[in-house]
Amino acid sequence: MNWLLGLFEPGHALGLLAYSPPGWGGPLLVGLAHTMEVAVGAYILGTVIGVMGAYGKLYGGPVTKDLMAVYTTCVRAIPELIEILILFYLVPEVVNQVLTGMGYGRIDLPPILVGTVVLGFVLGAYMTEVLRGAILAVPHGQVEAARAYGMSALQVARRVTLPQMLGYALPGMANLWLNLTKDTALLAVIGFNELTETSLQAGGTTKAFMLFFTAAGVLYMVISVASGRLFAMAERWARRGQPGIRGGGI
Amino acid sequence: MKAFFAPMMKTHRLVLLALAVAFFGWLWWTLDWSWLPDYINNGLILAGLWTTIWMLVVSWAVGLFLAIWLGLAQASGPWYLALPAKGFCSVIRGTPLLLQLWFFYYGLGSVFPEFPWIRQSAAWEILRQSWPYALFALTLSFAGYEGEVMRGAFLGVPKGQLEAARAYGMSRGTILRRIWLPQAIRRVLPTIGGETVMQLKSTPLIATITVLDLYQVSLHIRQDTYIIYPPLLLLALTYMVITGLIVLLFRIVENQVPSKLG
Repeated sequence: MNWLLGLFEPGHALGLLAYSPPGWGGPLLVGLAHTMEVAVGAYILGTVIGVMGAYGKLYGGPVTKDLMAVYTTCVRAIPELIEILILFYLVPEVVNQVLTGMGYGRIDLPPILVGTVVLGFVLGAYMTEVLRGAILAVPHGQVEAARAYGMSALQVARRVTLPQMLGYALPGMANLWLNLTKDTALLAVIGFNELTETSLQAGGTTKAFMLFFTAAGVLYMVISVASGRLFAMAERWARRGQPGIRGGGI
Repeated sequence: MKAFFAPMMKTHRLVLLALAVAFFGWLWWTLDWSWLPDYINNGLILAGLWTTIWMLVVSWAVGLFLAIWLGLAQASGPWYLALPAKGFCSVIRGTPLLLQLWFFYYGLGSVFPEFPWIRQSAAWEILRQSWPYALFALTLSFAGYEGEVMRGAFLGVPKGQLEAARAYGMSRGTILRRIWLPQAIRRVLPTIGGETVMQLKSTPLIATITVLDLYQVSLHIRQDTYIIYPPLLLLALTYMVITGLIVLLFRIVENQVPSKLG
């Protein structure tokens, strides 16, 4: 093992990736942490929007349905990069106008917060469609039975619809998570120091672009492989007790 | 036309429509659009549109061609072809396109000048520009995503079709050309349509390596005039229109092919 660690000492082939300052390992890991923070935050926000959007699309009044259709259609038709750019200027401006309107002073929103909100808003549109399909896949008899027991709408959702639709929704949700981790790289364009931006800075300083982009690529691959496993486990758990499709097991 | 207008004739839809028209009118009157004629007349917007479209078309066509072989290798190739093809698709699908783009542009772009024979060759005139790297990255990305789609498509064609073709005495190339590929493509036409829209939405990334596409043009306008929102809104509208055209085109093509599959 010693020769392997020796490779990462300053002066060796991979010395630039060392954790402490002549190497860029530390900043890269910080970038990875930022990427994960934004991705997790945006995923939670997007799922909340998605649940509300899916219920709005299925059970809402005519106006809610139309507004939801406009939201999902527009967000999915415009490139994410441009949405991020528009919202990145718009969100702080709107927040500040509301604040000054209420008599408070202007505040500087941290980029990590704006990035999370923007990505969550975009993800919400895709999540709405995934969850809507999954809710429709729950057999209608289940919902009727729950209503016959006298459950309120909220209880039906919490006890019957949401747990049962999870098995149908998780494959789509896993895809959205993988797309989201990759979409966080778009925040590099507005100068947020997540993994891709950090590796560009590291490459620019040391001229070893190939090395740092490869290292960042490996980290992204690790995220995607690991989260693929986790989602497969979650899907098996969510489908427990359901008859297997295609002979069960992936 | 009637089928289009009839669902619109509901009170709440008419109100929403009126609100939308009012909103666009408000955008038109309150925001500063005075820059628009200048940039149409000096051809910058058209040049950007042209770059975006030809990048999309060329990367789509070459990417799909590569994807057919990637899918074929994974579906029925020997392990020494299937394994690299699978690895390629996983890496492309597992890392952000922006990272791949920068890898080629900054990485390869900084390695090439170190070889004198590349600098002196005729290709250097092209390799020192940024668009080859953009086209290369977009093409590989589309090939990676579609390779996975094509793998499923090839595996989805019923075995009986291929056995019947073999029984007719067709060679492997003929089977691929006449039976396997056409049926596989037909199955995934809707998927490819969706992926084409995704590909369109990833083209603005090439502006980050200084290619003059639509997005880059809007950045230029913003730098020249200090106007932020109108160029971006026009850009979003343009992409929505192109998306609509792609969806329409694929719907026409899907209607051309018989929908009853074996």
